[in-house]
Amino acid sequence: MRAPLSSWMVNSVLAALTLFLFAASIYVGRGGDLLMDKFATIAEMDRDIAWLVLTEIRLPRALLGLLVGASLGLTGAGLQGLLRNPLAEPGLIGASGGAALGAVLVFYSGLSLSSIGLATVMLVPLGGIAGALVALAVLYLLAGRNPSIVTIILAGVAISAFTGALTSLSLNLAPSPYAALEIVFWMLGSLTDRSMLQVWFVLPFMGAGWLLVASTWRALDALSLGEDTAATLGFSMKSVTLRAILGTGLAVGAAVSVTGVIGFVGLVVPHLMRPLVGQRPASLLLPSAFGGAALVLAADLLVRLPADGPELKLGVVTALVGAPFFLWLIIRTRREAP
Amino acid sequence: MRLAVENLHASLGAARVIRGVSLGVEGSRFVGLIGPNGVGKTTLIRAVAGLIPFAGSVTLDGNPASAMSPRARARAMSYLAQGAGSHWPLEVSRLIALGRLPHLEPFHRASATDEAAIARAIALAGVAEFIGRDVLTLSGGERARVLLARALAVEAPLLLVDEPVSALDPYHQIRIMEVLRAYADEGRTVVAVLHDLSLAARYCDRLILLDNGQVKADGAPGDVLTPQNLRDTYRIEALIGGENERFVLPVRRVE
Repeated sequence: MRAPLSSWMVNSVLAALTLFLFAASIYVGRGGDLLMDKFATIAEMDRDIAWLVLTEIRLPRALLGLLVGASLGLTGAGLQGLLRNPLAEPGLIGASGGAALGAVLVFYSGLSLSSIGLATVMLVPLGGIAGALVALAVLYLLAGRNPSIVTIILAGVAISAFTGALTSLSLNLAPSPYAALEIVFWMLGSLTDRSMLQVWFVLPFMGAGWLLVASTWRALDALSLGEDTAATLGFSMKSVTLRAILGTGLAVGAAVSVTGVIGFVGLVVPHLMRPLVGQRPASLLLPSAFGGAALVLAADLLVRLPADGPELKLGVVTALVGAPFFLWLIIRTRREAP
Repeated sequence: MRLAVENLHASLGAARVIRGVSLGVEGSRFVGLIGPNGVGKTTLIRAVAGLIPFAGSVTLDGNPASAMSPRARARAMSYLAQGAGSHWPLEVSRLIALGRLPHLEPFHRASATDEAAIARAIALAGVAEFIGRDVLTLSGGERARVLLARALAVEAPLLLVDEPVSALDPYHQIRIMEVLRAYADEGRTVVAVLHDLSLAARYCDRLILLDNGQVKADGAPGDVLTPQNLRDTYRIEALIGGENERFVLPVRRVE
């Protein structure tokens, strides 16, 4: 299909939208007024406090929303191109499951409860990243030296199922109801109460992941015509597969390790963007990164809108919005099918 | 460009499919690779294309193909897979442009040379009327021509095509064979796996008959398509006739 807009235009509009939502995410907080967050009740809102709220609460939250959303969108588009399957999403290769399990094991061990300060903030993400890397290593061992797309999907599904089972087991055997609750809440996915430390921690992993996935862009176009054609167009499929999978694992593992599981973004965003870029997998990467960032930032604004009551979890909102959208997508595809 | 295959052996799983094939092709030639199902035609062409491991040697102008970089190899030989298709509803012009990927430098857009090559491929394959269409909305015959145009756009000196006309109506079969003939007449080498012996006899300069993973006969169509060869390999009796418009009409099977 012909792209109705130039890719330059698509990217500019999406970048502007992302920037706007990023600014809004910093500007608007709980209560809807300028910088009126929870802090406002315990302290007079003078300039120093405002600055504190801005740098310690709002900025890390907005930055993480941006980074996590971009990671999910970009890797979703990359995986759908690599696997040539519109149902592929970053969770498919097991890295999300591994990251979730790693983080939950830290909760479970009680380390995050007993220690304070730096350790509290950093142990969970460290566990998450370690979990994602272990999952990727297992995927590599299972899929073998010359991985085919099918073995990668099967191994990924097996790893996801196994890590999911272990996560459930740790809930089952949780030392106290509070620990179980903390684990469940964390797994729902949230950007609340994160710090700049976590931003700096995930940035190198995400950056490396983005570069790896982005480096496969032209191969993704060639893969539209199948693996054999891509190989005879001068791409080493082994290298392309390795870069895309490792990049996805690093970026998504890092994302899950600091925010928990935020579903549907990696699946839905590439679908939204595909008609705008004429269906080309290579042109889909950048718009999907912007689209993912915009969607997560918008969803995170949404969870902060209710003035009182418990704050909604981000992963809950993205799934609530994402699942009906996905159903609509299926219905539309069925209608278009010859 | 000279393609030389020396003592090539290749396996599919545990089964050794190609058992010591040697052949050389050079210059402006349209070579048909024929033989019954399962004798290793596709395996041979995939080994030459570098898609499966093999023992023996495949050289292009004396250089081992396995020692060439993937990009250099992609520029030297283009490959059109059996039953190829597109996984996404790509616009036809974008799909054909994928044939220029082996020529594009990283971070560079298509040059005037690339655009000219794409235009020549579109003209040669006769697909100008489909430009701007979604490839998945085309008929089987139209889509086959568009995918062939993609393979032509590489402008490689060697074009490998696997069963380009199976599942097409007679009009599109002739049309595709004419395109391959024209590509060869431009001074390039075409090697095509073919099942239609009449089309093979009419359009190819040379036929290579494979049987049981080995070359059974190699030469001009009239010398290869003999009653004896057809009986030994295809296990058929056929009417063979025509002077300039040769035909092979299978009549009955023999055991």
